[in-house]
Amino acid sequence: MRRALFPLLLLTGAALAEQAPPGASTCLGCHSATRVAPAIPSLRGREAAEIATAMRDYREGRRPATLMDRLAKGFSEEESQAIAAWVVQ
Amino acid sequence: MSLSRRALPVLLAAPALAQGAPRVVVIGGGFGGTSAARSLHAQGIAVTLVEARETYTACPLSNAVIAGLRPMGAQRFGYDGLRRAGVTVLHQAATSVEGREVTLADGTRLPFDRLVLSPGIALRFDALPGYTEAASATMPHAWQAGAQTALLARQLAEMEDGGTVIMTVPENPYRCPPGPYERASLIAYFLKTRKPRSKLLVLDAKDAFSKQRLFQAAWAALYPGILEYVPLSSGGKVTAVDATNRRVSTDFGDHEGAVVNVIPPQRAGDIARIAGVADRSLWCPISPENFESRLVPGIHIIGDAAIAGAMPKSAFAANAQGRVCADAVVALLRGTPLPTPRLLNTCYSLVAPDYGISIAGVYRPANGLWSDIPGAGGTSPLEAPAATRAAEARYAEDWFATITADAFA
Repeated sequence: MRRALFPLLLLTGAALAEQAPPGASTCLGCHSATRVAPAIPSLRGREAAEIATAMRDYREGRRPATLMDRLAKGFSEEESQAIAAWVVQ
Repeated sequence: MSLSRRALPVLLAAPALAQGAPRVVVIGGGFGGTSAARSLHAQGIAVTLVEARETYTACPLSNAVIAGLRPMGAQRFGYDGLRRAGVTVLHQAATSVEGREVTLADGTRLPFDRLVLSPGIALRFDALPGYTEAASATMPHAWQAGAQTALLARQLAEMEDGGTVIMTVPENPYRCPPGPYERASLIAYFLKTRKPRSKLLVLDAKDAFSKQRLFQAAWAALYPGILEYVPLSSGGKVTAVDATNRRVSTDFGDHEGAVVNVIPPQRAGDIARIAGVADRSLWCPISPENFESRLVPGIHIIGDAAIAGAMPKSAFAANAQGRVCADAVVALLRGTPLPTPRLLNTCYSLVAPDYGISIAGVYRPANGLWSDIPGAGGTSPLEAPAATRAAEARYAEDWFATITADAFA
């Protein structure tokens, strides 16, 4: 599907929305990609490795948290890395 | 939503699809429907959103409006942002769903390949003796935000100091499980700061509720002598109400209040019944993998109306389900595989303006329902410094700003 669309994307420069890995799209419920100076930080434009490390530290209780420790425990290392790669886009 | 993830021109989608552009209709312009519509549009699907009202009034944080802590205007949103994003929005009531076609009140017919319903709730005025729609003009429910929210706020503001406020809370399931207890907290805050000789009596049809230990610890610390909580086992279940005398009855006796807030039993919104997707429970059974109705193929149900297992009926859940449902609809239309989805929920509650608590969950499909992932989720800690509570109160407002921008900006 992505390959078939590629020439069309070149024609218009538009990007096709990419289906998110499991769980990733719901991060945007709190982590806005568009608001200016939110209290809950935006993840867009950050380094994927930084987000994946934070998820690991939350999961393992090594990073102070109000809520992310509880959510991070629902994802494996591999799942967290896939989410991290998507949410920074 | 980032620029890179949205705004695929609809024209582009057609050549990429084998059989021409599929049509998806979304009915319901709340947190679920707006999220599904945007996500479908961003993935190149021609989508029409049907929502009767031109202004949406958001329930989250409306308890702060009731307590005089927040202006009503901060809860109201329109649909111009959705139109700017490229979604077709029609302000009509949907009157029928027959086969693969929706008919609107003005006679417009909308054929669809897939239909997404985000019906929200309807209040049951046939379930609690005496609590009719007419009674709600005297004893507001304020469980669908709008005129009812303003009415309850006004009644509280105008109440003479020394009066008793009564809240009645239904059995599960209902919209926003911790919502009644946040409301009780903020009404108690209002009484403590503005009408200190008054009292709040909370009559609950349950013995256990969401974030219970956190709420009850906060009530003991902040509102002693103001907030009295009566669970089912102590006579909390209300069996009838009398709007004329603002009286509520339980098996243990009657109570009269200066202000009475009745949160009645609820069901899926009307369109669920019209489309035939609600079962005898009056809610909508779905397959968790794709939110498709177990009763009518081709129709997907998200948000409060869906039977989503362990997921609560919350705005966060509806918004998240809208995204996941959209991905599933796209995969079904295009015949592409869909990985097993995963969902989150986060619900903040305010027990005072600078005191927030939260509950979170992570969910996956298991045994035909959305189920908790063991070891994940849970509530804020029972013991936490004031700075943590203040941070969660800030995050509650920040979440609201984000979710409403995502839906309506």
